[in-house]
Amino acid sequence: MAFGALEEIVQECEKTGLPLWKVIMQEDLRERDADEEESMERMETLYQAMRDADAGYDKDMRSASRLVGGDGYKLQQAVENKTTVCGSFIGKVMMRAMKMGECNACMRRIVAAPTAGSCGVIPAVFLTYEEEFGESKERMIQALYAAAGIGQVIASRASISGAEGGCQAEIGSASAMAAGAIAWLRTGDAGCAMHAAAIAMKGLLGLACDPVAGLVEVPCVKRNVIGAVNALTSADMACAGIRSVIPPDEVFDAMADIGKLLPSSLRETGEGGLAATPRGRQIARDL
Amino acid sequence: MNLFDILGPIMVGPSSSHTAGAARIGFVGYRLLGETPVKAKIELHGSFASTGKGHGTDKALVAGLLGMRPDDIRIPRSFEIAQERGMAFEITSVYLKDVHPNSVRLTLTGRSGKTCTMIASSLGGGRIKVCNLEGIEVSFSGEYPTLIVNNEDKPGCVTRVTSLLSQRAINIATMQLYRDTRGGEAVMVIECDQGVPEQFLQELKSLDGIKKVTYLNMEEE
Repeated sequence: MAFGALEEIVQECEKTGLPLWKVIMQEDLRERDADEEESMERMETLYQAMRDADAGYDKDMRSASRLVGGDGYKLQQAVENKTTVCGSFIGKVMMRAMKMGECNACMRRIVAAPTAGSCGVIPAVFLTYEEEFGESKERMIQALYAAAGIGQVIASRASISGAEGGCQAEIGSASAMAAGAIAWLRTGDAGCAMHAAAIAMKGLLGLACDPVAGLVEVPCVKRNVIGAVNALTSADMACAGIRSVIPPDEVFDAMADIGKLLPSSLRETGEGGLAATPRGRQIARDL
Repeated sequence: MNLFDILGPIMVGPSSSHTAGAARIGFVGYRLLGETPVKAKIELHGSFASTGKGHGTDKALVAGLLGMRPDDIRIPRSFEIAQERGMAFEITSVYLKDVHPNSVRLTLTGRSGKTCTMIASSLGGGRIKVCNLEGIEVSFSGEYPTLIVNNEDKPGCVTRVTSLLSQRAINIATMQLYRDTRGGEAVMVIECDQGVPEQFLQELKSLDGIKKVTYLNMEEE
């Protein structure tokens, strides 16, 4: 069985002395009866697909509703003109998250991470971190294992589906996965990674899935930006030694509980929240 | 879920259930028919019918029927490609009883005159389930090499098939038996851990009481 608790992963790291990514990979190899080479190759392919999608961004593409497109380019210009309040690094993270969300809405090829709607968070954080901090591709791929392992526990304890748990289960999970991965890259400490993930999740608990007209466009694309930035601030907190008061596994259990308490109108049905606003309804009618 | 259910699939957006899952359903239909359809009736149910258009569900289903996989960048242009390749299709909505909200019924005719009717559902994350094939309730995902064996509903058929599988060292992951009425049309759906070679399929077809063998292997090119 794959790990059912983040605490189990931390204990396994302590017991074996193996790094976080290796513990996660080995458990998956056992589970799937696969070998390391195959697994590494697949992970590399995923990372390359993220890179390709980012590079292939087209500022002129538009989504089915024509509501989405061109915003990633606006952020790119802001970064290039050095007008962002958040500086160049965060500016680029925001730009990439927006671009990837737009690529998805416009029927381009993306990597679900963990879902299509939240596909911008991990690539934005990873590609920009790699570029800015001169990290090796090899280490970034190891960090993807860390992210995926955290995601596995989230999926088993809570959910990674907006229809089940609301947006907290999609953008929240992606943000937690990215936060954990970056905290691990910075410290090599599995426990620190789990606290980063928990802190990221806590910031997004309760987030409703209320897409206008039921489409993966509004507000999904821009929520990728907040998920990515939240991942980095959470990783910084954990790396500074700040710990989540609520143990990480209990945080994800709370996410599961909140997901169950959300009415169905706020779980991907396009009936509540932003979708139910006068403008949201009008957009749905005009489609 | 394994690591690559969490990260991945690589897919054309915007939705793993409404786009990637739809393309995969179309692709399964294409494989089950065994050729590109010349005629396809696509009936959308539930959420597929209500929000499918904005998610490109229609384009993804058509792309799948043309043999494209969920990561094929030509999916947005599938309607034009269908026209180029001479596949006529009609998309309507339908109410299907007791199925998942993201479901579709496909009625396909190939150039050779072969037909295939199926109902399939998109379960999320790009995973799917075929739940009705040729009017008989079934349940398979296409994630394993899958044998669909139509046989006479009489004693011994299952034993003959499974013993042949064991002789060829093909391990059964799951196996389900279905029939419409006692003594009528019966179907075995066998999900295998290993791929099934062509020669073995011929042997299976020649067994007593076996009417038809369909083999689905999504991994094969």
